[in-house]
Amino acid sequence: MLKLDEIQKRLLREVADLHEVPEGAYNIRSNSASAGRQSTANIEIVPKTEVSGLEIRIKPGTKNESVHIPVVMTQSGLKEVVYNDFFIGEGADVVIIAGCGIDNCGNQDSQHDGIHRFYVGKNAHIKYVEKHYGSGDGAGKRILNPGTEVYMEEGSSAEMEMVQIKGVDDTVRTTTAELAAGARLVVRERLMTHGDQRAVSTYVVNLNGEGSSADVVNRSVARDHSFQQFDAKIAGNAPCQGHTECDSIIMDQGRILAEPGLEANHVDAALVHEAAIGKIAGEQLVKLMTLGLTEAEAEEQIINGFLQ
Amino acid sequence: MLELKNISFQVDTEGLGKEIIRDVSLTVPDRKLMVITGPNGGGKSTLAKLIAGIEKPTDGQIFWNGQEITDTGVTDRARMGIAYAFQQPVRFKGIRVLDLIRIAAGKNLSVADACEYLSAVGLCARDYMEREVNASLSGGELKRIEIATVLARNAALSVFDEPEAGIDLWSFRNLIDVFRQMRESIKDSSILIISHQERILNIADEIVVLRDGRVERQGTHAELYPGLMEGGASEPCECEGWARAMGKGGDA
Repeated sequence: MLKLDEIQKRLLREVADLHEVPEGAYNIRSNSASAGRQSTANIEIVPKTEVSGLEIRIKPGTKNESVHIPVVMTQSGLKEVVYNDFFIGEGADVVIIAGCGIDNCGNQDSQHDGIHRFYVGKNAHIKYVEKHYGSGDGAGKRILNPGTEVYMEEGSSAEMEMVQIKGVDDTVRTTTAELAAGARLVVRERLMTHGDQRAVSTYVVNLNGEGSSADVVNRSVARDHSFQQFDAKIAGNAPCQGHTECDSIIMDQGRILAEPGLEANHVDAALVHEAAIGKIAGEQLVKLMTLGLTEAEAEEQIINGFLQ
Repeated sequence: MLELKNISFQVDTEGLGKEIIRDVSLTVPDRKLMVITGPNGGGKSTLAKLIAGIEKPTDGQIFWNGQEITDTGVTDRARMGIAYAFQQPVRFKGIRVLDLIRIAAGKNLSVADACEYLSAVGLCARDYMEREVNASLSGGELKRIEIATVLARNAALSVFDEPEAGIDLWSFRNLIDVFRQMRESIKDSSILIISHQERILNIADEIVVLRDGRVERQGTHAELYPGLMEGGASEPCECEGWARAMGKGGDA
């Protein structure tokens, strides 16, 4: 595939399920350079000139098309900030696959800060999938700080799936969203930290238009000595519905801080938050052990299911 | 064949030892359906847990096909062929019914094959395969799925702890059919059911009455069933007479 080595290909498989050149529009970024790019009739990908990053323009009414913009880093010590802006035309319905894989075998930290801005046009719909993955046994850290800004026009909808299961040492994730009337945002975040990793995820969602709604759900597992913080604030500034949920499994000496926040600035704003943190229930382990699994296998099944 | 020899089980409550099971010796013979019944608090559920390896006896020995398994853990007993259905099924976030059946079967069953186990317990299988085994399922649905996981194990010994608890009348009638079919297709396996139910007792080959942690009576269906029925018994929702005679089901 293109000019990628085996490690880079493996990272691509992990973060974007890519086994070959994707169909449709794509840009593959490898060690701070483009390793391949393709626009289509409806989706144009143009590199920015002043800063590092891309402008992705999706024509109004574009349906059933996808954009892949994975990033892989295999050079130790690389640090980059990338700005990608998505302009999704009115009535379009597309899938956007992002994701970043870092393999760091060296002693210097590798860091990718991806700032994604989405301008979702009237009645447009996007499904956004972002996976983060780290590998390599060097002492250098693998650091990912994604920033996501979502601006949603009337009647638009966005489903966002953010996944970070393995190997990322340090993450500060910031997501903000502004929703106009009738817009709907659904976020499913899945996070597992292990070793001495640290992950902070902050959401600020403003429900500005009548009938807008947001559902932000975080499921996470903190193992070993890792630490996670989840701050999700939803502000209801109009008649709207907001729900945020943080559901966590804590293991070993892991630590989790969940701070759901609700701010109602309108009498017809209906806002709900739920948060639960607990270890794996003993009876769950015993049930799976009565089906023939060892305790370790049972634990793995429970975590895999939980993070599905 | 499962043999319990002089099994005792004691728990500490506020510094005092309380005997739940007292010197119980019992054999669950091959190719038989045995029902353990008796009043609430008599130690029935504890005995089931001791057999599954979830609790360890404070005294006595357990043998499985002649091999001592007293200190064998839950996983190894499961792999030896002992299956156990919980009285109160466990919920899992994110694990689907299909996943649980596949784990139980120990292989990657096709959806069609997995469906058969659910159909056997009266669930319209295709509606359930993708459902998570979580709080969105009713108590009765969870209970039937629990029983299906034990069916899927095709175990040499299947232990059911009060399968009728928390199940509605219609499902209960189907459940009896499930056990009857299991009984009919018994080859080198055996079934042990903890139950208060007349209909379940009625299909038993052997009946054991456990009271205050001891075996009070034990015998064949013909020997014990008529005597037990004198207290009166009927459907799960109308079982007052039976409940008076036997005490209501509990978690002991």
